[in-house]
Amino acid sequence: MALPQAIKAGLPCMNLLRMTAVPILEQLYLEERLLRSSAENWCIINHGTSLPTIVMGISGRPSELVELKPVLRDQIPVIRRFSGGGTVIIDNGTLFVSLICNKNAIPGLQPYPHPIMSWTGQLYGQVLCEFGDFHLRENDYAFNSHKFGGNAQSIIKDRWIHHTSFLWDYDARNMEYLKLPSRAPKYRSARSHVEFLCRMKDYVPSRTSFIEGTIKSLGGHFSIRPFDLDELGSLSSSLSGSTKLLTRQELEEACTSQCVAVR
Amino acid sequence: MAMASRLMWASRAASYLKISTCPRAFSTVIKDLKYADTHEWVKVDGSSATIGITDHAQDHLGDVVYVELPEVGSSVNQGKNFGAVESVKATSDVISPVSGEVVEVNTELNGSPGLVNASPYEDGWILKVKLSNNGEVNSLMDSEQYSKFCEEEDAKH
Repeated sequence: MALPQAIKAGLPCMNLLRMTAVPILEQLYLEERLLRSSAENWCIINHGTSLPTIVMGISGRPSELVELKPVLRDQIPVIRRFSGGGTVIIDNGTLFVSLICNKNAIPGLQPYPHPIMSWTGQLYGQVLCEFGDFHLRENDYAFNSHKFGGNAQSIIKDRWIHHTSFLWDYDARNMEYLKLPSRAPKYRSARSHVEFLCRMKDYVPSRTSFIEGTIKSLGGHFSIRPFDLDELGSLSSSLSGSTKLLTRQELEEACTSQCVAVR
Repeated sequence: MAMASRLMWASRAASYLKISTCPRAFSTVIKDLKYADTHEWVKVDGSSATIGITDHAQDHLGDVVYVELPEVGSSVNQGKNFGAVESVKATSDVISPVSGEVVEVNTELNGSPGLVNASPYEDGWILKVKLSNNGEVNSLMDSEQYSKFCEEEDAKH
């Protein structure tokens, strides 16, 4: 057996699940299920999502984070996900990469927010440093001081997930559905969404080059095993987890409280 | 010299206050509490117990911005998650060190989640339970065992 293969044989296995345009709600249900019910390591890649959708973190309040009148008018779905972090609006220009790992999968990595964030920064830095001035800025991936990747995590007893929404491209008009967050990283310096963000496609030659580079970078830590969505069976069904699509009634009530607060 | 004097003073003060310190990690451990290997503490008072997360945990999590509290009247089970703490970008499960019925939750954490960071063993308590099995406490670590556990865990990484 050639030496590189022998080295791979000593690495923990990571299942690689590639999807295209799977709705983000389904993706989040799947991830929550895999985090809590599977004992394996996973990398989930989803190219885009079918509808523009707002996704808040676990403690997100729509009245504080979302411009509710246009959201209700245009029937934009609003989801509260199971992981922490901020609010994003995603669409078919968004690229999702999620890593679900057992806490001992990466030798020497403590299963806490900062070490995990730092490790992923190194992982993606290996892929992206040749395309631009890549940085892990506080908890965001950025070229220079322009964010293109937002992160969130959920850490349970023996496992963790770190998932990222990468702005391969985005529709600037969609940013108008989001308020400027009260809790923002210092490096944002009160910039508007458009001034703060950048598009990966302006730096990276193709989605394929980024994805293949990421898989190669992961291959330094895991033995990657391609996995088909059909193989998931019962794991792909939804469960009564924390991820929730907010109802129209909930959004209307939030809108009312938003209007009262303004008065 | 100044540092040695400060450390000696701190050690004497800590002893008086029944606090032990891990100089390397600078995490505080309270002597009369019991501890789980998932970094929760429990203070037993007869058939009741108060539960929170340790100084080691809050230090590693970062600034807490939200605490998901269980419902009063719900059950918690030893080793199972009952809620979560959000710090910046991450939610982290809180695992119950004992089993019982939730009789009170710290609603102050709704408006001031940072109490978990500022006062993890006092104002930052998370819930109180009526114990269903007092014997479970015997499987938890005392303060010395927990201090050593934290040092060993941090040394591995």
